[in-house]
Amino acid sequence: MRRFAELYFAIDGSTKTNDKVAALSKYLREAPAADAAWAVFFLRGGKLPAPVPSRVLAELAAESADVPPWLFAECYEAVGDLAETAALLIAESPVHQNEESLDRFITARLVPLRSMVKAEQRKFLIESWGLLSARERFVWNKLITGSFRVGVSEGLVTKAIAAATGIGNNVVAHRLAGAWQPSAEAWEALADHDATDANPGQPYPFSLAHPLEGEPESLGDIGDWVIEYKWDGIRAQVIKRQGEVFLWSRGGERLNGAFPDIVAEYSSLPDGTVIDGELVAWKGAVLPFADLQRRITRKNPGKKVLESTPARIFAFDLLEWQGQDVRSSSLKQRQELLHELPLHFSPVLQPKNWEEAGELRIGARELLSEGLMLKRRDSPYGVGRERGVWWKWKLQPYSVDAVLVYAQRGSGRRASLFTDYTFALWENDKLVPFAKAYSGLTDSEIREVDSFIRRNTLEKFGPVCTVKPELVFEVAFEGIQRSSRHKSGIAVRFPRMARWRTDKSAADADTIDSIKALLRESVGPEK
Amino acid sequence: MSDSLLQLRDAGLYCPGGDFYIDPWKPVERAVITHAHADHARAGSLNYLSSTSCAPILRARLGLDIAVQALDYNAAISIGSVRVSLHPAGHILGSAQVKVESGGYSWVVSGDYKLQADPTNQAFEAVRCNGFVTEATFALPIFRWPSSAETFAEINAWWQQNRDDKRASVLYGYSLGKAQRLIAGVDASIGPIYTHGAVERMNEIYRQSGVQLPPTIYAMDATTKDFSGALIVAPPGMNGSAWIRRFGNFSNAMASGWMQIRGHRRRRAIDRGFVLSDHADWPGLLSAIQQTGAEQVWVTHGSIAPMVRWLNEQGIAAMGLQTQFSEEDSSEAAIPLEPEEVDAP
Repeated sequence: MRRFAELYFAIDGSTKTNDKVAALSKYLREAPAADAAWAVFFLRGGKLPAPVPSRVLAELAAESADVPPWLFAECYEAVGDLAETAALLIAESPVHQNEESLDRFITARLVPLRSMVKAEQRKFLIESWGLLSARERFVWNKLITGSFRVGVSEGLVTKAIAAATGIGNNVVAHRLAGAWQPSAEAWEALADHDATDANPGQPYPFSLAHPLEGEPESLGDIGDWVIEYKWDGIRAQVIKRQGEVFLWSRGGERLNGAFPDIVAEYSSLPDGTVIDGELVAWKGAVLPFADLQRRITRKNPGKKVLESTPARIFAFDLLEWQGQDVRSSSLKQRQELLHELPLHFSPVLQPKNWEEAGELRIGARELLSEGLMLKRRDSPYGVGRERGVWWKWKLQPYSVDAVLVYAQRGSGRRASLFTDYTFALWENDKLVPFAKAYSGLTDSEIREVDSFIRRNTLEKFGPVCTVKPELVFEVAFEGIQRSSRHKSGIAVRFPRMARWRTDKSAADADTIDSIKALLRESVGPEK
Repeated sequence: MSDSLLQLRDAGLYCPGGDFYIDPWKPVERAVITHAHADHARAGSLNYLSSTSCAPILRARLGLDIAVQALDYNAAISIGSVRVSLHPAGHILGSAQVKVESGGYSWVVSGDYKLQADPTNQAFEAVRCNGFVTEATFALPIFRWPSSAETFAEINAWWQQNRDDKRASVLYGYSLGKAQRLIAGVDASIGPIYTHGAVERMNEIYRQSGVQLPPTIYAMDATTKDFSGALIVAPPGMNGSAWIRRFGNFSNAMASGWMQIRGHRRRRAIDRGFVLSDHADWPGLLSAIQQTGAEQVWVTHGSIAPMVRWLNEQGIAAMGLQTQFSEEDSSEAAIPLEPEEVDAP
């Protein structure tokens, strides 16, 4: 645990990628295999099921620090992170040199917490806090709360593993794809120079697209490009090997349980086939994302759900055929093979020029598509986010001018600043909240808005401040849906601030009716 | 808010018996100044009263032509119907608590203060009083400072490591007070110490007042372009500026109480944060308040509400005081930008 905490602060103590890679690969070389596996798991964003509810952790930390609950809440607001607040408040114990390994802390101290009653958790946690220094305690609390973020990307971890083991970057990425489970054996397999990668369910790393900057004409002859709709679903990879179907999300989650319909459809494929596609909810047309979301969360959907919200995959790429990795052949060849299979394909669009492509893009919204995908016809299948191979040419977002009405303090690097805002639109002479957003402003704008909020707070409800309705922001969002759960009657997707309209006053903001008009435009008139 | 000795008026905290203000934020006839930081010492008043060691700093900051009366610590004078004396606050050189007394009844306005040892100024002295005005910059129990010895050991280790890695160490700290405390506290045998002009000007005044500082070089006077192994002490406003780029390959760090919170360091995108504050931490505030024996406490700038509630729950009558001293983020961390140094001719 001590060495892992040191690693955490070494990574945290530099803003330079090279320093971070060096610190991590050093740790991986020196740590026992099981510890290395856990480090890889957590730094890639892996989470264990929360062993203690945050509420209980907060209670125990307040008790252990002898601080009343209201003061703990004030401290939490200033720090913006539960693990850190708890670590700062608990009194420093005499210096301990605890040499227990990370693996032991996880398997003997963290995992058992989950099945304990509160009194036992209390005893266990207070004992573990007493073993650690303040910094180690912070990292330990981070592991308990599962919000383990320290500014390393997937690519950085892959690079550090490659540097520590001498295995190539691409091989490491491939071995890590899917639901990589941390264990000493898993680390040894990852670091093994002679391994044959025999796991039949092992997916390939996904190729990712870059947003198109500038005009599509800059891409040259349209004939060099394969053009498809960009569907509003989730990326999925389907593997058929050794008589079994493996359905993977991009986040490395097995989706077999939630999508028995897809699994059944793909079980007829020949062994040694891997396809890439977009998983959507479909009933004669693509259904809104919220419907798909419900399917994803239902682990064993019944007949009724399968009938009301069927799912399908729009297959668009072939990664393995007859047991051979075909990722290095051209997209054209891969798609020719793909289209021989009895599957649903994303239609290949054939505009004659970029202007026609632009019209297709505008029309995409009616199909509940987010725009177009542009892929080089002669390109191999990339690993990760390679530039210049796949572009996403998304629709312009919707936007409205809305009034800032509530604010809440942020967390992490925005701790104690008011950065989480709720926006409202006019309905007759009342402002009705319709969306929350916290991204899109520059740091100096955030400071200005923060200072406005401090000076113009009307009321406080716990951490939420009611703000004098004066500031107007252009709020952009991707999708819009009717919602009975929201007071405004609508729900928007990916809301964010496009800009601060300092030129507008609250009276100039848009109305709920104007946003409802966008609703009709996108999914047709209300029945 | 009002008491027979002190009232809150438009221009600031006012003493009717002596017809003067303490740290006013508008120009007044007579201003008593606790210390020379910009949010407490503002220009434009006709007459100033400050501690003897504060006076030269006040002149350097507000203008050589201002009228300043200097008063030694613990010496009392009469102004109108009240007795006024100044007592060390331990915040920066010359920082003072202002005691106002009349007929055996007294208030102490503490300005900013800390209890931690600091070789660059006289240590905080608790003064018995009936009413006490306290700051609350770090008035939450998450703020418990490590000893300055621990913090300086960390700073020295960082500097040494950077020297071994052939890079410079850029350390940000407020130009008045924090910078001198840093320079006095680091191990100067590790390498040369360069300074930003705003820091160097204050170094001079500190040295003239008899504070021992190791040799420092104004960065514009550097005879080398290779700063690897050197420590550069600059105001936080220099972070990311063109001025800082001249030091080539460097690691940067900030010394402040706010560095106790990770988010504060991360949003500035600096490598290291060292917890070193010229304000009292939570135990420090509570111990100072207790030592004064005050029955009444007014709480200004920072975490006012929690401090007030805590004191009331402990049986001390406390109230929040809305002043225009800097708040939370703007006090120690987001320090006003220092004008960028102009290269000396």
